[in-house]
Amino acid sequence: MTIEQNYFALFGLPQGFQVDAALLSERYRALQKTLHPDRHVQQSEREQLLAVQASAHLNEALATLKSPLKRAAYLLTLKGVDTDARSITISDHAFLLQQMTLREQLEEARLAEVPLDALEQLLDRAESFQRELSASLEQYLASDAAEALDMALQTLRKLQFFDKLRYEIELLEDQLADL
Amino acid sequence: MLLQIAEPGQSAKPHQHKLAVGIDLGTTNSLVATVRSGKADTLPDEVGQHLLPSVVRYLDNGELRVGSDARAQAADDPFNTIVSVKRLMGRGLEDVSRLGDQLPYEFTQGEGGMPYLKTVAGDKSPVQVSADILKVLAARGIESLGGELVGAVITVPAYFDEAQRQATKDAAKLAGINVLRLLSEPTAAAVAYGLDHAAEGTFAVYDLGGGTFDISILRLNRGVFEVLSTGGDSALGGDDFDHVVAQWVLQQIGHTELAQSEQRRLLDLARAAKETLTSQDQAEMSITLAGQAWQGVLTREQFDQLVESKIKQTLRACRRALKDAGVSTDEIAEVVMVGGSTRVPHVRTLVEGFFGSVPHSEIDPDRVVAIGAAIQADVLAGNKPDAEMLLLDVIPLSLGLETMGGLVEKVIDRNTPIPVARAQEFTTYKDGQTAMVIHVLQGERELVDDCRSLSRFELQGIPPMTAGNAKVRVTFQVDADGLLSVAARELGSGVESVVEVKPSYGLSDGEIARMIKDSFSNAQEDLDARTLREQQVDADRLVEALESALAADGERLLSVEDRTILNQGIEQLKRLRQGSDHKAIAKGVEVLSQASDEFAARRMDDGIRRALSGHSIDEI
Repeated sequence: MTIEQNYFALFGLPQGFQVDAALLSERYRALQKTLHPDRHVQQSEREQLLAVQASAHLNEALATLKSPLKRAAYLLTLKGVDTDARSITISDHAFLLQQMTLREQLEEARLAEVPLDALEQLLDRAESFQRELSASLEQYLASDAAEALDMALQTLRKLQFFDKLRYEIELLEDQLADL
Repeated sequence: MLLQIAEPGQSAKPHQHKLAVGIDLGTTNSLVATVRSGKADTLPDEVGQHLLPSVVRYLDNGELRVGSDARAQAADDPFNTIVSVKRLMGRGLEDVSRLGDQLPYEFTQGEGGMPYLKTVAGDKSPVQVSADILKVLAARGIESLGGELVGAVITVPAYFDEAQRQATKDAAKLAGINVLRLLSEPTAAAVAYGLDHAAEGTFAVYDLGGGTFDISILRLNRGVFEVLSTGGDSALGGDDFDHVVAQWVLQQIGHTELAQSEQRRLLDLARAAKETLTSQDQAEMSITLAGQAWQGVLTREQFDQLVESKIKQTLRACRRALKDAGVSTDEIAEVVMVGGSTRVPHVRTLVEGFFGSVPHSEIDPDRVVAIGAAIQADVLAGNKPDAEMLLLDVIPLSLGLETMGGLVEKVIDRNTPIPVARAQEFTTYKDGQTAMVIHVLQGERELVDDCRSLSRFELQGIPPMTAGNAKVRVTFQVDADGLLSVAARELGSGVESVVEVKPSYGLSDGEIARMIKDSFSNAQEDLDARTLREQQVDADRLVEALESALAADGERLLSVEDRTILNQGIEQLKRLRQGSDHKAIAKGVEVLSQASDEFAARRMDDGIRRALSGHSIDEI
């Protein structure tokens, strides 16, 4: 089978950090209407197997392009950059300090008078940092220069920190809401 | 859509309606439905009952009763009358003992840690009991439709994990049913509703059954039902309301210790009170327990208070599902209520309060799932070649692997659309290490002990290397039924070792074969007959698939020679199929499948090209 391997080409979308989410969903549905195993139930086993593989490939492509962080990592991979998180260290001390402060604030929020309000404020702060980082990530990714790609990788890593922080904020929110 | 091109002298087959059913295998009740003359409906038994109580009673003469008769005897013969067996599906002995006094049965350990129920007719696995229910439903389908079924769509709670889904599929296999697809119950309900209302937009399906709770958030867009997220609790349902009421009665009486048959009667009383309270403000109750007569009144208000914490538990799952879907309550166009337990008024009130809109229940909440399954079965059987409908489902729980320190590394996150395949690479941590334990887990928690263990196997034969140099790639594959297979392969040295896994609490293929054999009186002869029948069905399916594929695309995609070879292969398999040598038929199927591999690949490529041709890159 020769299913298109490049995720952007698979959906007929221009390769870049900005993706039209509505168009992505629309094309995803159109492709699944042809590829999904349910469309091949009455066909030979071989064809059914191919349908499972093609449909799984399509789902992987959607998951990658839908999430900004996965999309950025994928773009970097396409440009030949190793995005394995374990091989990246962040040397920006100001950023690391900021993360420590945010995490302290997360702990404090748990004990705050109105924990949910404190969490809400923390989330707002995290989001504004994230927006800034995303904007610079987009700029770095537009370039093919080695220096820019290295900055993109660093920025991606920073955004992954924020992702983890947001996950923890939401987890705590869930816990508080369950009480 | 592929065009049907009829060649001269090889006209396409006249449209043949295939018989297929949808089966809702419920905790309390089960149903079977089908599409006839374009309309989906549930099928009644000979006395007009649509609901089949999911109860099986085993008798000492080897006979069994399924349905209302069995349920009527549950209190008199509690050990041999199996109710709510769905709660035991895919569960280990440990899980079952955790359910504790809710179950009156005696268990014994079967192969692979599966609990078997002790009955007068011998030890029965939950899979066997479910198969006995499925057989009755399939027989009802065959009887009402007057012919053999090409297959069935069987519904499972969206929140069913891997082991529970596999157990359900095993039960169908044991009952001799060809499973077209395992379908999530809320998705089935959405199909029944969506098509009925010609609706578009984002829906929530709130499905509270006898023993399971599901919430699914779906988006419906031009025939495509896309599940955005799903959540729930596979051990929470209307049965729990009964237990809470039963506890309350015991408190009133001041009793705690009850004989099994008394406990069954008490639960029946509690259920009756719950049902009364769906339309009345109070329910009068009376029962004699341990020789002591008791009479009392349970008001709607008291009942609401008793069950409120259980209902709130469902709302927490709703909140999580909305968050996972990235949707807020005001974006939900409609809330659909499914499952008999949504008849409880307090459930409706709290759900309405949570979503801020009046929930829908125009289609009988007991039957809507079976109806949706029947619609999907009709499409999958090939009766609607032009149907736009497509269901895109997700896995309900994350899948991962055990890593150092008893932690779980997620490989596939919950709510990932299926089918899906994902690989992760691991390495050795000791010099000269030649084996690696692959422990597959399902769940959201970070610690191994808090997740469900699905399978554990060892990859052996890794060539000795210094730590960190071996590269082991573990591949997870989840098919469209939500069933997982895992393979591990050592890449660094080129040595390959692939292991396919089945969940720990499932039945082994050997066990299934033995059970099928046991279910026949003249074991060997009947088994041979069944095997022959299965091979013939396989052969017919392949011949039919190839003939229609050739009619549609043969001329366009194949050379004259290739077409001749395939046509000859088809004729040969047709001849073999007339004989009674099942091994020869199996071989013939294999040969023809291989011969048609290339054609299948070309057809798939062609399909992709066509789907993409609508939006090529240069159009942007």
